[in-house]
Amino acid sequence: MSLSVDIQHQLEGFHLKASFTAPSGVTALFGASGSGKTSVINAVAGLIQPDQGEIALNGVDFLNTRKGINLPPHKRGVGYVFQDSRLFPHMSVLRNLRFGGRMQGKAPNAALEGKIFDMLALGSLLDRMPVDLSGGEKQRTAIGRALLAEPTLLMMDEPLAALDERRKQEILPYLERLRDEAGLPILYVSHSVSEVARLANHLVVMQDGQVVQSGAATDVLSDLNSAQHISADSLGAVITAQVQAHDSDGMTVLHTEGGPLYLPNLPADIGSQHRLRIKAQDVMLSLSEPAGISALNCLQGVISDIQNHPAGGVLVQISCADSRILSRITQRSLAALSLQKGQQIFAVVKSVSLVQGDIGLRES
Amino acid sequence: MIGGEAFLTEESWQAVFLSLKVSLWATVLSLPLAVFVAYVLVRKEFWGKQLLNILVHLPLILPPVVTGYLLLSVFGRRAPIGAWLEQTFGLVLAFKWTGAALAAAVMAFPLMVRALRLGIEAVDPKLEQAAQTLGASPIKVLTYITFPVMLPAILAASVLGFAKAMGEFGATITFVSNIPGQTQTIPSAIYGFLQVPGAEGDALKLILMSVALSVGALLLSEVLAKRLTQTGGQK
Repeated sequence: MSLSVDIQHQLEGFHLKASFTAPSGVTALFGASGSGKTSVINAVAGLIQPDQGEIALNGVDFLNTRKGINLPPHKRGVGYVFQDSRLFPHMSVLRNLRFGGRMQGKAPNAALEGKIFDMLALGSLLDRMPVDLSGGEKQRTAIGRALLAEPTLLMMDEPLAALDERRKQEILPYLERLRDEAGLPILYVSHSVSEVARLANHLVVMQDGQVVQSGAATDVLSDLNSAQHISADSLGAVITAQVQAHDSDGMTVLHTEGGPLYLPNLPADIGSQHRLRIKAQDVMLSLSEPAGISALNCLQGVISDIQNHPAGGVLVQISCADSRILSRITQRSLAALSLQKGQQIFAVVKSVSLVQGDIGLRES
Repeated sequence: MIGGEAFLTEESWQAVFLSLKVSLWATVLSLPLAVFVAYVLVRKEFWGKQLLNILVHLPLILPPVVTGYLLLSVFGRRAPIGAWLEQTFGLVLAFKWTGAALAAAVMAFPLMVRALRLGIEAVDPKLEQAAQTLGASPIKVLTYITFPVMLPAILAASVLGFAKAMGEFGATITFVSNIPGQTQTIPSAIYGFLQVPGAEGDALKLILMSVALSVGALLLSEVLAKRLTQTGGQK
């Protein structure tokens, strides 16, 4: 299961040049607004035709300008969840949900419907009209509608951007279940680092119409070159951790490659794997093992890279075996500690930064 | 004035039924073409678009007598298209009720196109894109999304076209004259009565009839529109 994209397209005052492959799992197209993310998925859906290039899904050519192939959108079998839901206003929720199957001449698939209604909690909405739905309900319906068309690839264009924080938190768990249960590749467009950190397995970073980085999400998020394209206050690495114990004082102990991390009350089974996001601004550095401080979490590692950030300050990348975390410090601290690559270092992580909302369940 | 008990004379009833027949045909025949032209004018870019736009609006801005004369010089029995229609299909338009329907259709056409344009402009192309990604071919997008969403506009355009056709006078009388039982519609019958001294009473009765029909059509469309929005236009 893999999508390959290699396209060039001239838009008004904007040249799009994107080349990447998306394996199964969630691939996030990440970048500031206007960086060309939506143009890329519109090209994959066939809603715009790039001037030249190739797009193929599992060996099926969607577009190949050399061979003169351009499959029309309705024959691509690609699910698309738009930022603005785009529910059909003249149809009930149920009729919206069944639209894809109906267009493809298929009878409703009760088993699949049951599973998706259940996963997205759509059961109580079926008779309602789109105008009577809240923003979150609309978006859940739109996701269900795309899934019930039984696509071979699901694309989501900032599906949470139009929602307030509460609705976002309401939808995110559904998206996680989708990633872990639907078993199809997902292309997810977002400019939010926290969403991407929570959902994505793979990351494609775009800027000014170009792909500047792509790879595994944990690698790209902790890479200092891609950090240049991320705003300073949302910078941070994602690491994998395994639940080791639940202590009697309510703290959960997680094992990471840099040492133990402590989190309050994580409702998870012992042995389960989790992804933790550690913001760069929440990591302090110490040359010796810190003693007599209130922070519980201290990881040990080696400095593997140091770079300036365009917004000011210095980014330090610390490797703990295969995991990498980032720390953002000042120029003055860098000089005072005379930090250098290859140096042993202790990273003090304020435990408050490891909040529930930033933890993505990783498929086991 | 035979059968003084009846509300309308035989001749007036003929005019009423002929008007209804002519207007229904005019509306039904122009609607598909009006939808097509409105769609093309809103959604497509092509050479001569402005020309088509002007052509569509001509009956609205020309004096109706001129439109009637032009119809006569194109569809008259000796005019090129008129002669061809008679030879090929045996269809005669000039001085027949069919010609009255054509005149009414031509006069109603620009109004219908204008109402439909507003309706098509209100259909968000983003919805059509969404339908495409769900597997709808261009024809299915039109059938299941575009037309149902613009159904209220189609209804409004039909009522407007029907009302215009019921009231059409200038082009009709020029093209098909005012022959009782053949081409005499309500407006031409009213005009006829007003030319005869002492027939004002008959004229008034027809005027009342014409008001009742127009108001009735409007009310019917309101009821239909309400039912459409309630069910959300489900088929």
